Amino acid sequence: MTLRHFLAGAALALAPTVTHAQAARLRVPYTLDTLPNGLTLIVHEDHSVPIVTTNVWFHVGSGDEKTGRTGFAHLFEHLMFMGSEHAEYPQFDRLLEAAGANNNGSTTEDRTNYYEAGPSSSLKLMLWLEADRMGWLLPTMDKPKVDLQRDVVKNERRQSYENQPYGLVGDVAPRLMYPAEHPYSWPVIGSMADLSAASVDDVKDFFRRYYAPNNATLVVAGDVKADEVRALVRQYFSEIPRGPAIERPSPAPFTVRDTAVTLEDRVQLPRLYLNWHSVKTTAADAPALQVAAYVLAGSRTARLTQALVYNGEIATAVQAYNDAKRLDGDFNIVATARPGKTLDTLQTIIDQTLQRLGADGPTARELEQARNAIEASFLRSIQTVSGKADQLNEYYYQTGNPDGFQEDLDRLRGVSAADIQRVVRQYLKAPRVMISVVPQGKPALAATKKQVTP
Amino acid sequence: MRPSALLLLLAAPSALCAQAAFDRTRPPALPPSPTLVLPTVAASRLPNGLALQVVSQREVPLVQVVLTIAGGARLDGAEPGLASFTARMLTESAGGRDATALQGELAFLGATLTSSSGWENFTVSLNVPRRSLGAALDLMADVVQRPAFTSSDVRRQRDLRAAGILQRRDQPGALATLAYNSILFPAGHPYHAPADGDSASTARLDSARVRTFYQRAYVPTRATFIVVGDIGTAEAQSMLGARFGSWTVSGSPITVPAVTVAPVVNQAGMVYLIDKPGAAQSIVSLGGPGVSRFSPDYPALVVMNTLLGASFSSRLNSNLRETKGYTYGIGSSFAWAPIPGAFRISSGVRTDVTDSSLVEIFRELRSIQDAPVSATELARAKAYVALSIPGDFETNAEIAGQLVELGIYKLPLSSVSAFIAKVNAVTIADVQRVARKYLPADRATIVVVGDLAKIRAGIEALKLGAVTTLDVAAVAK
Repeated sequence: MTLRHFLAGAALALAPTVTHAQAARLRVPYTLDTLPNGLTLIVHEDHSVPIVTTNVWFHVGSGDEKTGRTGFAHLFEHLMFMGSEHAEYPQFDRLLEAAGANNNGSTTEDRTNYYEAGPSSSLKLMLWLEADRMGWLLPTMDKPKVDLQRDVVKNERRQSYENQPYGLVGDVAPRLMYPAEHPYSWPVIGSMADLSAASVDDVKDFFRRYYAPNNATLVVAGDVKADEVRALVRQYFSEIPRGPAIERPSPAPFTVRDTAVTLEDRVQLPRLYLNWHSVKTTAADAPALQVAAYVLAGSRTARLTQALVYNGEIATAVQAYNDAKRLDGDFNIVATARPGKTLDTLQTIIDQTLQRLGADGPTARELEQARNAIEASFLRSIQTVSGKADQLNEYYYQTGNPDGFQEDLDRLRGVSAADIQRVVRQYLKAPRVMISVVPQGKPALAATKKQVTP
Repeated sequence: MRPSALLLLLAAPSALCAQAAFDRTRPPALPPSPTLVLPTVAASRLPNGLALQVVSQREVPLVQVVLTIAGGARLDGAEPGLASFTARMLTESAGGRDATALQGELAFLGATLTSSSGWENFTVSLNVPRRSLGAALDLMADVVQRPAFTSSDVRRQRDLRAAGILQRRDQPGALATLAYNSILFPAGHPYHAPADGDSASTARLDSARVRTFYQRAYVPTRATFIVVGDIGTAEAQSMLGARFGSWTVSGSPITVPAVTVAPVVNQAGMVYLIDKPGAAQSIVSLGGPGVSRFSPDYPALVVMNTLLGASFSSRLNSNLRETKGYTYGIGSSFAWAPIPGAFRISSGVRTDVTDSSLVEIFRELRSIQDAPVSATELARAKAYVALSIPGDFETNAEIAGQLVELGIYKLPLSSVSAFIAKVNAVTIADVQRVARKYLPADRATIVVVGDLAKIRAGIEALKLGAVTTLDVAAVAK
């Protein structure tokens, strides 16, 4: 995910964590309306603190980009803050700050979101600003604005990728994991050359195609009255014309090419990345892969954490996660070697661990721990209106049901030991992409391709 | 109930009526901002004198329990990193469970339990679903009162910490921070070495050292429990009393050593360069000694800093990011603490404009000293600071965090309202006065981490001060 700026409060990492099956059902009550122009509005009232958040999702991401314009969806996100006809630059940030509110936006492969959060008194301003840039962005768009944010985004790329240890993996991994024509085969941040090529005409085309109300959902959550919000949203947004019907990419099925590459970087410790092709968010096996990731590396008792960090003492840290997206997904294990250890040693232990989990499945205790921890993480995730707002948008996008919290949790809690055993055997085997990042001049520390048969 | 909301509600059924009052060409008039309603804190003591603060929040069936103990890394003395390492070791083996079993049990309960050290205090924080609170508190009681500090646990965590210290050499931002603090705060000052120590102090860590420090630093008479969530005071008292009621001092308490070394005050600018050949950006960190949070200038400094570099619309970000395109972002900060911390401006800037970025940063420092800020700019900064405060009290963890932070300064919760009033009273003259008094425009300590072959000449040509080159291995030692 690529953010507009990093000055605003950092996102809190949700520690995996929770309760037992008899807990009360999770409910995030909402109202849902669709305006005649196609804009979907979801309102959630939460009167516990006098704050409000607005959260707009446009259903467009880097996966919708054209060849030669990688990184464009994210560059466009930056341009959405450069002023619109009635709120000229730099009024967007200035007015919100003067009302005590902060804002940001982010882009993924699948969607772009924009959000404001502040005292409940700032609601009308947030809606007015969002409406103005949804309807009236182009009259003030010009080349200097595009050139400026192009420079800012290039700086973001330098800061987040090129000047970060191991940062170049983010550039290389998508290309190795997905075939060239697949919308996930390039990074969200894009390439420097493609960013240089973006023009004002590209901006106008992209806006007209994707930034229409019928391709957006707006969530308003917090200390508000749903009726009041609905009236305001109609007033502010109804005038914006519906855009054309949108065709999203539908990539062909593919098989990953078994690959091992070595990258030399300015790092002290070698790091191993193992990536497998998995499944999309809504696939039946997505919950089992997510729980498998928890059993492998989600806690101190997890299989890989024990084998590599606590008992084995050959790695400084290990992570596992299933990166399920709208169209497809990949499962990732990342482990950093301790000083003096080679990545081949790590690879061997990881493969043995996967083989054992595939052969025997998790214990009843491991599975119950995972279920409890995941349930608690759901409770924690509904503590903030900002968290709830973004999740309402996410669930609505993926499933059509904004209040999908309990359904999602039920899917995860329904995963059995046999499911985990099966997905480990089915997905975490050859072919896979293995990336070794080693200190410059030390290619011997890299992992070598082996026959994998979990 | 705010009158404006009521009016809109009445208007809602008639779209025509609402439309008539709507003018898209100008920002909507906003209702008055909501008044800050602070949570109600019930303060009491356990029978053995342990202080307790309870805030009942029944919205989500979760409870946050934070134990805060005055002390922290200020107690390190000659052993930098000892406090933070000891804090880290609490959640390894404890009370008869090994390190793995303890965390397995916590995860099984859906709980998270973390232990850490700041400069001024230690915290042990439990977050747990209400139904598992008792069982999780049993584990927290073991962690706080019966940590094992086994030699194998200490060795493992010591090795991991040593690896982490080595990895600082990879991170340009970490290098800039290490160099900046070690220069600004000379040897002997508590902030000279990082709070997580260096490789030499890490190598000296062993079970005996950690256990002795724990016994002398984790002192119940310096401790306060802060409980926020789905629980009442009586219940919190009885659950904590049963588990912590007999916790007593086990060693002779260490006191915080007096600060005998002052931060460096330059007579002129001083430039320190660190070479990262091939770096895609330069990390620029500059500033000087900060101010104690006890200073009467604290509210004015917060406002001044907000408009200088602590908001998106700040002068630094507007200039270097939004006008010049030199960076993805730039910020300024005061490290607030009872003793003066650092004032620092920091940014990652494009290699070929490293010198130009320094020129612009100093232009902004001088500008805020030389000319009064505009009334609009001041009003915006004050509103941004004051009106965002209600949002700091949303979750159990945030409420507990606010109480912990205030506790460091022995301030009551009501001081938040007083702070807002002081912020609202800051004047244009106040901003200029504190900018002149505290910002080191002509005597800054400047650290740049980047590709020196490309940036050195440009920086030297600016004649900002004497230039010294630092070695990566000496900075991240």
